[in-house]
Amino acid sequence: MGRTLAEKVYDAHVVRRVEGEPDLLYIDLHLVHEVTSPQAFDGLRMTGRKVRRPDLTIATEDHNVPTLNIDQPIADPVSRTQVETLRKNASEFGVRLHPMGDRGQGIVHVIGPQLGLTQPGMTVVCGDSHTSTHGAFGALAHGIGTSEVEHVLATQTLPQIKPKMMAVTVDGRLPAGVTAKDLILAIIAEIGTGGGQGHIIEYRGEAIRGLSMEGRMTVCNMSIEAGARAGLIAPDETTFAYLKGRDHAPQGAEWDKAVEYWKTLKTDDDAVFDKEVVIDASTLAPFVTWGTNPGQGAPLSAVVPTPEDFTDPAERQAAERALEYMGLEAGTPLREVKVDTVFVGSCTNGRIEDLRAVAEVLKGRKVADGLRALIVPGSVKVKIQAEEEGLHEVFTAAGAEWREAGCSMCLAMNPDKLVAGERSASTSNRNFEGRQGKGGRTHLVSPAVAAATAVKGRLAAPADL
Amino acid sequence: MEKFTVHTGRAVPLRRSNVDTDQIIPAVWLKMVSRTGFDEGLFSVWREDPSFVLNDPAYAGASILVAGPDFGTGSSREHAVWALQQYGFRVVIAPRFGDIFRNNSTKMGLLPVILDEKIVEELQAAAEQDPTTEITVDLEAREVRCGELVASFDLDDYTRWRLMEGLDDIGLTLRHADDITSFEASRPAWLPVTQ
Repeated sequence: MGRTLAEKVYDAHVVRRVEGEPDLLYIDLHLVHEVTSPQAFDGLRMTGRKVRRPDLTIATEDHNVPTLNIDQPIADPVSRTQVETLRKNASEFGVRLHPMGDRGQGIVHVIGPQLGLTQPGMTVVCGDSHTSTHGAFGALAHGIGTSEVEHVLATQTLPQIKPKMMAVTVDGRLPAGVTAKDLILAIIAEIGTGGGQGHIIEYRGEAIRGLSMEGRMTVCNMSIEAGARAGLIAPDETTFAYLKGRDHAPQGAEWDKAVEYWKTLKTDDDAVFDKEVVIDASTLAPFVTWGTNPGQGAPLSAVVPTPEDFTDPAERQAAERALEYMGLEAGTPLREVKVDTVFVGSCTNGRIEDLRAVAEVLKGRKVADGLRALIVPGSVKVKIQAEEEGLHEVFTAAGAEWREAGCSMCLAMNPDKLVAGERSASTSNRNFEGRQGKGGRTHLVSPAVAAATAVKGRLAAPADL
Repeated sequence: MEKFTVHTGRAVPLRRSNVDTDQIIPAVWLKMVSRTGFDEGLFSVWREDPSFVLNDPAYAGASILVAGPDFGTGSSREHAVWALQQYGFRVVIAPRFGDIFRNNSTKMGLLPVILDEKIVEELQAAAEQDPTTEITVDLEAREVRCGELVASFDLDDYTRWRLMEGLDDIGLTLRHADDITSFEASRPAWLPVTQ
């Protein structure tokens, strides 16, 4: 029987397989950041263990870093201690670190691909659930907890029970004005936040093949919001073109050998998936969330749903609670929902293509009166590239704030936060209660919708301007 | 970690679905670099509401959390597991769990038990009617018992053994260091290094 892409990558990394035990899987790349690593390094110290492969490990500062005045020490002493702890650990254990202010610094899931460290067929882990992002390259990539961070540091392996396989096939082409973010939000609304639990999702079909690498990263990034720890896409010419010439991509004869192998990384015709979902891309439209989990979304043209619309009692109760938290009335057209803050950034949508999409909408327009628009590049390199292209001038001329790189308002561990009751349209990945600041209300949107919303002051698509 | 064989305790009924790890432990608590002190952060925003179930003195000292579907979705923060354990929970029962949370729980010895939604509701109702109701979670028999109710649950043999023995994974994996070394010798030369 044929194998799926994920099975091929998985099988190629089995160090040890014994009946009745989990497989021991080798990890090709371990990404580290300041939040989920301090207790893991402590564990190594307590047991006298070393980092087995510092040369397969890379660290960056992202979750806590401020996006203003980064030449100053971090004002919040607790954040500062956490960042300083990472610096101390990286130096003690010999791990390469890109600290605040460094040209290589940025969100962990933006810098890996940008450096060419994320390649097809690899296994990638990080103490962060959005590690699924790297699946865009045909890598098997998933988030882990701190115990597993310590395990990978010490052994460069992870005990794994082979997950089930799920196919999400997106046939046809996305209509004009519909982006990768709209697509993944629609997929999550369709299969639910638990739809991918226990599975690796392979995204396939014409609409997926038509996406750029940035778009593919956006889709794979939110696999975890559909319950799947990992999501991936078969590598193709788009992938190879993105990788070629990057700092850590293979070169010369090694490049040719690698590409030859990468071309074998696709699901066999006779492979069987445990679960399959088919979506028709041509039916999709700009999509936004109205609730407090990423599955609670609807097309922008829809109205806020009524809890009675849901037949499942748990879903109905969740909808009631979400509407109350979000301060929304059932039946209100989503286009009438007024927004206070627009956030563009995060590992979901903080890449150059996302910033270009925002600039295209904001060019020659102004941010609505009283609305705060925050544009946070995913990495220092993204920032530099955006400035070379003059995008920052478009943003500031429109009245948006152009900030330094980091996770920022995606999870509000730095000073960029919503206040209670404040409503955002955000290109990030989670609309959980309080995610962007205690009492804050989040609508997840694409970069294009975020930009149009910033201009209108209400949820809007570029076509509404 | 502490061994888990059979645990009997009182239960807290948490009638909510999609309890994500941002609710279990809000991000502000993740800035700590220690492994202790997370009990205060457990559901810290929800606990500001006096009517939240954990604030009901009738449930003080309960050690089993019985929650709705998709408990522990979202962020990979293991701090969620530490917070639940440090508050006093040894078991979470729910119809479905977020994969990463569930995995993190088994690494730390917090037992995640998956039961049918109907049975979970029965357990919640029992704990609501009488907060002194005791539930027994028997890992050896893979069974949950409460009064007349007996429900079996699935957990793979290996994880069950590891939890019952209280073994941590790293020590077990390092027994196979030779296998890791020989695997490393076979890795293709084009694979990237960070240094």
